Amino acid sequence: MSDRSPMTLFSMTQRAMSAQMVRMNAATSNLANAGSVSSSEADAYRPIRAVFATELDRASGLSGVRSDGLVQSQSAPTKRYDPDHPLADETGHIWEAAVDESAEMVEIMESARQYQNMVQALQTAKQLMLETLRSNS
Amino acid sequence: MNEQIFGIHGAALELRSKRMGVLASNIANAATPGFKARDIDFNAALDARLSSNMGGGPHPAEPEMLFRRPTMPSLDGNTVELGREQVAFAENALAYSATLSFVQGKVNTITRALKGE
Repeated sequence: MSDRSPMTLFSMTQRAMSAQMVRMNAATSNLANAGSVSSSEADAYRPIRAVFATELDRASGLSGVRSDGLVQSQSAPTKRYDPDHPLADETGHIWEAAVDESAEMVEIMESARQYQNMVQALQTAKQLMLETLRSNS
Repeated sequence: MNEQIFGIHGAALELRSKRMGVLASNIANAATPGFKARDIDFNAALDARLSSNMGGGPHPAEPEMLFRRPTMPSLDGNTVELGREQVAFAENALAYSATLSFVQGKVNTITRALKGE
């Protein structure tokens, strides 16, 4: 945790939203690199995934989310024979990034849903807090 | 003092607010591998709080956290089911609102009595 102040509902939501944003950016990068070609297996683009981890704040009992870094997928790039391709190696093969477009789309949709859920929960909580604050008028 | 004026509603409001945080944590961790969804048994926690207030004992401890039992376990060990958490959150928000209006009613009554209207 960057700051040592106790976690509130607001900072927790903010962290969760940032984590979802990292996840969505990773999926978008994968989509953008779908079908990208390189001349060796090592250089080929490998899809990345965000890994989430819980961070429990003992003072308030809330548990937020943090993005624990990105991992590269182990799926091997597709080897294709295309000797006319400018990037083809001496045997005439090119390597295509192993990006599953539908899986990435599903990942983005799920991330967006969870982001919306978080916003909705925060809105409700904020409204209740405001009602409580204004109750002494 | 607090107890005499607000009855159970003061403790209930605090517990509702606590439970809202717990449920929001569950929603936030819907995609965290291995996260176990938690919840507070509201009735049991309220009973515990009230009985400790009656006994005049020390300030009651934190409400007991229970783990939710998933309808269908998932492969990554996460036990959050978004639909369930959302329903619980909505129910809790509504109950918070109701408790708040009870407290407000009490405050209004006392204010009017004080002003002698």
